[in-house]
Amino acid sequence: MIKAVLARIKQGHRTMAYPKKPLPLPERFRGYPELKGSLCPADCRLCADACPVGAIGCDKGLSVDLGKCLFCAECSAACPHGAISYSGDHSLAANRREDLIIREGEERRLARALDKKMLSIFGRSLKFRSVVAGGCGACEADSNVLSTIGWDLGRFGLQFVASPRHADALWVTGPVTENMREALLLTYQAIPAPKLVIACGACAINGGPFIGSSEVHDGVDGLIPVDLYIPGCPPHPLTILDGLLRLLDRLE
Amino acid sequence: MTPSMVFTQNGGTLSLREIPQHAPDRFAQALLSALSGGWRVVSYFGVQAEDGVRLYCLLSFKSHATIGVMSTLVTGKSFYSLTDEAPQLHLFEREIAEQFSLDPEGHPWPKPVRFAPALGSLPGSAPHRPPTIGIMDFYRVEGDEVHEVAVGPVHAGIIEPGHFRFQCFGEEVMHLEVSLGYQHRGVERMMQGRPGERMRKLAETMAGDTTIGHGTAYAMIVEALASTAPPARAQAVRGIALELERLANHTGDLGAISGDVGYLPTASFCGRIRGDFLNMTAGICGSRFGRDLVVPGGVAFDLSADGARQLADRIRTARDEVTNAIDLLWDTPSVLARLEGTGVVSEQTALELGLVGPAARASGLNRDIRRDHPFGIYSMSQIPVETGKSGDVYARTMVRWLEMEKSLDFIEEQLAQLPGGATRRAVGEVSAECLAVALTEGWRGEVCHVALTDARGAFSRYKVTDPSFHNWSGLAMALRGGQISDFPLCNKSFNLSYCGVDL
Repeated sequence: MIKAVLARIKQGHRTMAYPKKPLPLPERFRGYPELKGSLCPADCRLCADACPVGAIGCDKGLSVDLGKCLFCAECSAACPHGAISYSGDHSLAANRREDLIIREGEERRLARALDKKMLSIFGRSLKFRSVVAGGCGACEADSNVLSTIGWDLGRFGLQFVASPRHADALWVTGPVTENMREALLLTYQAIPAPKLVIACGACAINGGPFIGSSEVHDGVDGLIPVDLYIPGCPPHPLTILDGLLRLLDRLE
Repeated sequence: MTPSMVFTQNGGTLSLREIPQHAPDRFAQALLSALSGGWRVVSYFGVQAEDGVRLYCLLSFKSHATIGVMSTLVTGKSFYSLTDEAPQLHLFEREIAEQFSLDPEGHPWPKPVRFAPALGSLPGSAPHRPPTIGIMDFYRVEGDEVHEVAVGPVHAGIIEPGHFRFQCFGEEVMHLEVSLGYQHRGVERMMQGRPGERMRKLAETMAGDTTIGHGTAYAMIVEALASTAPPARAQAVRGIALELERLANHTGDLGAISGDVGYLPTASFCGRIRGDFLNMTAGICGSRFGRDLVVPGGVAFDLSADGARQLADRIRTARDEVTNAIDLLWDTPSVLARLEGTGVVSEQTALELGLVGPAARASGLNRDIRRDHPFGIYSMSQIPVETGKSGDVYARTMVRWLEMEKSLDFIEEQLAQLPGGATRRAVGEVSAECLAVALTEGWRGEVCHVALTDARGAFSRYKVTDPSFHNWSGLAMALRGGQISDFPLCNKSFNLSYCGVDL
């Protein structure tokens, strides 16, 4: 017992100060892309051709679809003109699918808070039921990590719960395999209304690396309505938490 | 008479023409005789051919670091099942049957693996339609007071989907049947075609917690086919990343095991320290899971002198903190009482089922690809293999911890002697009509990739065997005769991948 107490003292208090203080991310972290479409020569498609999942558009000016993007940065490696680079900005989540398609010079369309009525219901307590629908384990791991002592999700009134009956929101990861489609829909139905849906990661948004496979549905869109899209492959836990706190109007 | 096998080594290639094709009965004979002579199956799969379905079997002979390859052609609607004589083949044969609409003649357990559409079929016959997921003839024990417990596909917590069917007498589990396929994304089908970025991303997400393990195997396949050797510095960085992946996952597992026996201090500490190891990987390449670090030809990110020093510092701190957290387990009798004797897999069972990784080593099997078929940096720097004896949850816990100590030593050693030079080499053209094989030792055990190329150098077949493919039946056996309430603990002590099997 004394050893456990000594270990507790040694391990210390480790819950991070975020959101009161910013959380430093690694130098090589790849977040919100910076686009300089003005540098693109006419008819150049090098970046679009290099993208493994077709996240880049060149036709009406340079655009990146954060919902498809795997943040591999093959596009910036392929571009000799420096038109695409990835910043260290972790804020990526949005409410609407179309808000994830970004262009140079456009205003950032990050997730907005729920309306007043929904905030009065969920603002102080929001419980998630996770359904893994073909995820590779990475989105799941970095969702799970939010419940560890470092992130301590509970301090925001947020929690992953065991039953859909106890939940306010469905947390979807994975591209929605054909073999998980029915289980996903049944779980959604089992959550009492009003309810929210969160699509966490590139797979749940648009299929991720599996986009186009005959065995997957390329994400939850078209199956159930989504309230929050969190891009990334997988999203950094900070990107996830940032999205949730924006939804609940907890970020200044 | 043709020799029964041709030989290659880890990261080697063979021309498809060199591979002997036996008549079915000679193939069965040769395979069984190899197994009784100490060979072990690392991959066994079907390939669509013009005149039938060709089966390839790859075997490992560890004392010679050799991989043997043989094949046969199935032209009728069935092939001989050898599961009765060699249980390690059971899931491979079910997979072949499902992927090519064949009948595994004499298989004691001919059930679906993934409830997935077939990849091919005999010429002239249409592929079978897959059965509806979860609808299958589950093994059932009848009798008074016998009851059945069905769990999944959706589980409590953030866990991958799978279905478990327990046959219980009171609290005692007489049998557990594991039925997967819910995570099936069609990876092997998508891995047909020319190697490129998309395939590298698919490899990294075959089992996302084994990004480096699978990503390295994919890179080795392309490098083997293109006769490109990555620079020494890249090999060292890959080795460091693979051991960081092992450290992160083993730390998480040890924390989860202590959480499942209700010992929360170690659970809390390890949950956080696991993140420290992930962040070390992110320090190298920006991604906590090592995404985009390993590329064919080398690594996409270098470790600067400063970066290497910082990493060494972080390893030192993490070693101190994780040792402190784990030591509590060995000092707490109530924890040990829950671990010891729970979920025993005997050495004989582990051998017969062909278990791999820490689960195999905990049952006394001394196998580890890093030593038996060394690849990359492990050809230069050895890492000691740790085994246990008791085959219980305790042994699987202890083996993980011993492996972590060795991984920490290994990373420190590599950081102190990083070779200079480039980290990436241009990759040449992929050879046509070849078979390439790559094995790595991921944190769960042996990862095996095999690729066959067509006349144009595109993959005509890409076969993936995740360690969990071998090990799920180990978990089922661990439960036999145990208490159903011990399932979460046993499950955690294996911590197998669903997506790695379902692909």
